[in-house]
This record gives sequence, structure tokens and C-alpha cells, in this order.
Amino acid sequence: MNLKIRTYNQVAEAESNLPDQVAEAARRVAVRLHTVQMTLAVMSGKGGVGKSMVSALLAASFARRGMKTGLLDADLNGPSTAHLLGVDGDGLAVGPEGIEPARSSGDVRIMSMSLILDQDAALSWREPRDSGYIWRGAQERRALREFLADTAWGRLDIMVIDLPPGGPRLADLHAMVPDLTGVVVVTAPGRSARDAVARSLDLARARSAPVAGLIENMSGVVCSECGETTRVHEGGEADALAARFGVPVLGALPLDSGLAAAADGGRIEDWTDREGAAGSVRDLVRQMALRTEQELERLRLEHPRGGSGG
Amino acid sequence: MKFLCVPCDRQMTFEERQTPGDGTLAAVFRCPKCERMTAMLANPMETQLVSSLGVKVGGRTVPQAEFEGIRGGVTAGRDDAFEDREPATPPAGPVRWSPEAVERLGLVPSFVRGMVKKIYNDYARERGIARMTPAVMDQARSDLGLEGM
Repeated sequence: MNLKIRTYNQVAEAESNLPDQVAEAARRVAVRLHTVQMTLAVMSGKGGVGKSMVSALLAASFARRGMKTGLLDADLNGPSTAHLLGVDGDGLAVGPEGIEPARSSGDVRIMSMSLILDQDAALSWREPRDSGYIWRGAQERRALREFLADTAWGRLDIMVIDLPPGGPRLADLHAMVPDLTGVVVVTAPGRSARDAVARSLDLARARSAPVAGLIENMSGVVCSECGETTRVHEGGEADALAARFGVPVLGALPLDSGLAAAADGGRIEDWTDREGAAGSVRDLVRQMALRTEQELERLRLEHPRGGSGG
Repeated sequence: MKFLCVPCDRQMTFEERQTPGDGTLAAVFRCPKCERMTAMLANPMETQLVSSLGVKVGGRTVPQAEFEGIRGGVTAGRDDAFEDREPATPPAGPVRWSPEAVERLGLVPSFVRGMVKKIYNDYARERGIARMTPAVMDQARSDLGLEGM
């Protein structure tokens, strides 16, 4: 038998038209983010460096400066940013424009898996027994896309996107939001963090994702008695990484018991609202947010929407 | 994925979706010329992979609902996670639910119940069906490809 079978592309698309369905999903994200001026991804190659804390501090600081701010918690398996801003969820309204985000007392619009999951429940999906590991990543990508596209974000000056530890989710996000304004990489003192963060920077560079800069968290410890900051590690890793990758250091935040208590109690916005003396941790947070905003503005002008990043 | 009827050299068209059991998704295609039918059977893993892309084999029959994948896929969602609101003015006359249909809807996790109810109501209104019964729900599931709802 010598059958002459046509190629896939020679046969017209039928009802399924899966490529168009996939393109439509991408279009929904683009349409939704059209009213978002700047998008900032906060990432780190290493877990436990305080990435969510930095995301929450940046979001609270931007809102305090009068910017309409959104905070998307893309750490689907370990969501914590909503709690840091005192939002524990009270039923997300399904409105005509989409799912209404929760709002913090400082008017940060928040979407997080913690607002959806049962208290203390791990994220799990309806999945075929024993094969969930194969498609969990695809399901999480879909969830991230729905957070971006189906949340009624409204007009935002900035959307902060808190990514989970590791690099892969940045690749997912960048594929969905190709005109991401910038990426902030959070690091901590010490060699293990340095190596993991170097890989994150390398990944961002490989994807041509614009890096706004580095933020060093836990750069030291503030004495609750005298206010002096003591460095635990010798330090210098953040500066060395910044020089190696040609990006700025946007700030360095020491551990502070007052800030830790505010974070535990979901009172980060109250904490940032109070005045702080020059050189205090509050002042460092403000400077970090200001530098980040300035760097994002620079990147936005350098890579206007529709550009390819760089 | 496309299905070609080799003897007729015609692309087969989507006919219907079924979930015959054990997580299998069956998509039936028919040759428009010779009317021969063939069924594509996807195992549960393949079905979930397609689902996770947010696409529908055979094309979408209802508009995409917000957080459709999250609400349909998450197993430990809070009962009060979403406040679904029926539109103040329904597009057509209200759909009355039989006690049996209400009872069956009650089996749907409350996390996703509002979304599922809206889909069934929209289905009935579009077809001028005034009363929701388990039979209408079965038909809607088959027509709309609401696997797992």
C-alpha cells in the first residue's frame, strides 16, 4: 500500500484548533496586563533568604509612595506574602471583570494561593494516582497564568510578583509576560547563597530578562538594645555578584526584631508607615524601594513595551 | 492533533466527548464524507496534561471561566474562597432547579459549586430549558465536556 498522507499543516484546523486556544490564553494575559505600567519579579535561586519579605516590603513601600500596587504571590506551594500584609482572605468576589483581588489596609491588591487553600493545606491537584509529578508543573503554570489573566487587577502602577525559590518559575513567568519590566534577585551573605544566586542571575541573563538589581537580605543583625548592626558573615558577596553580572545593589537589609515581629503579626504596612531615623532599617527599606523604582523606570525607558528585554 | 480519513482524504470533524470511566477521555471524530467514526482515547494522565494547558479537545463550547483550572483542579480549596454572584438580571428567564438537581449540585465541592451552577444555568438558558434536572445536567456534561463536574 502506498498511501499519500498530507502533512499536519496541509490539513486545515478543525474545531479543536489547539494552537489558537493556547494563543488565546496568552492573549488574555496580555490584555489584562495592558493596564499595568510596570511588572517586577522578585526571585532567588535559594530558599529562605527572605524573598517574600522583600516582596512584601517593596509592595508596601510602593503603595505608601502613592503607587497603585499589586502583589502576585507566585509561590504557589509556599504562599506567605498575603499574611505579611495582614490579609488572610475573606472570600474572593467574582466580579464582572474577573476575580477581585484582596486588598490590604494600605490598598495593595493581592492574589495568593493562601487566599484559596484551606488553612495549613498543601497545594494538591486532582491527578491520576502515582503520575501527578509528571504534570504538576503544567498545572502550576496554568494556575500562574490564571492569576495573571483572570484577576481584576485594574490599573496598576506596579505589580510585584513574588516567585518561588529556584529559576524555573522565572522562565514560566517570562514566557507569559515577555515585556517584564525587571527582575530583582534577593541574596543573603555566605557562599551557598552566592552560588545559588549566581545561577539565578545567569538564568535571567540567558532568558534576556532585564535585571533591575540585587537586594541583600539578612546582611547583619540589628541589636535591639543599642541599634548597632553586626555583620555575621564577612560579607562582600552581593557586591562581587553585582560587579560580575553588571547589575546594581539596590539595598541591604539586616535582621531586625521589630520588623520580624511586624511580619509575624501581618503588620508590615504599619511598620513601613512609621517614620525612621536616617540609617535605621525603616530608612534602608525606603531607600531600597526608591532605588528599585528608579531602576525599573530606567529599564522601562530602555526597553519600552513590545521590546525584547535585554 | 488532527484526524484524517485516509480513504476519503478528508479531515474528520469533532463529534462528541465522553468520559466512559476510569479517567478515560474519549473524543469521537466523524468523516464528513463516508461518516466513518473513530474515537481517540486519552488515559487519565494525558487527559490531565491537556486540561493543564487550559485547552479543550474539540474546541471550547463555553467561554473560559475565571480561575477555571484552579477551581477545577485544587483539591483542598476553602469552602468560602470565592463569593460567586449570579447576575442581578439573568440574560433570560430564571432556571428552576428540581430537588434532585439541587441534591446533585450539593455533591459538588462548595469551592467550585458557584462556578458549576453558573455553567449549568447558562447552558439551560441558551437552549431555552426552564427546569434543571439530573438528565439536563448529564446532557450538559456531555455537550460541554465538563469532565469531573
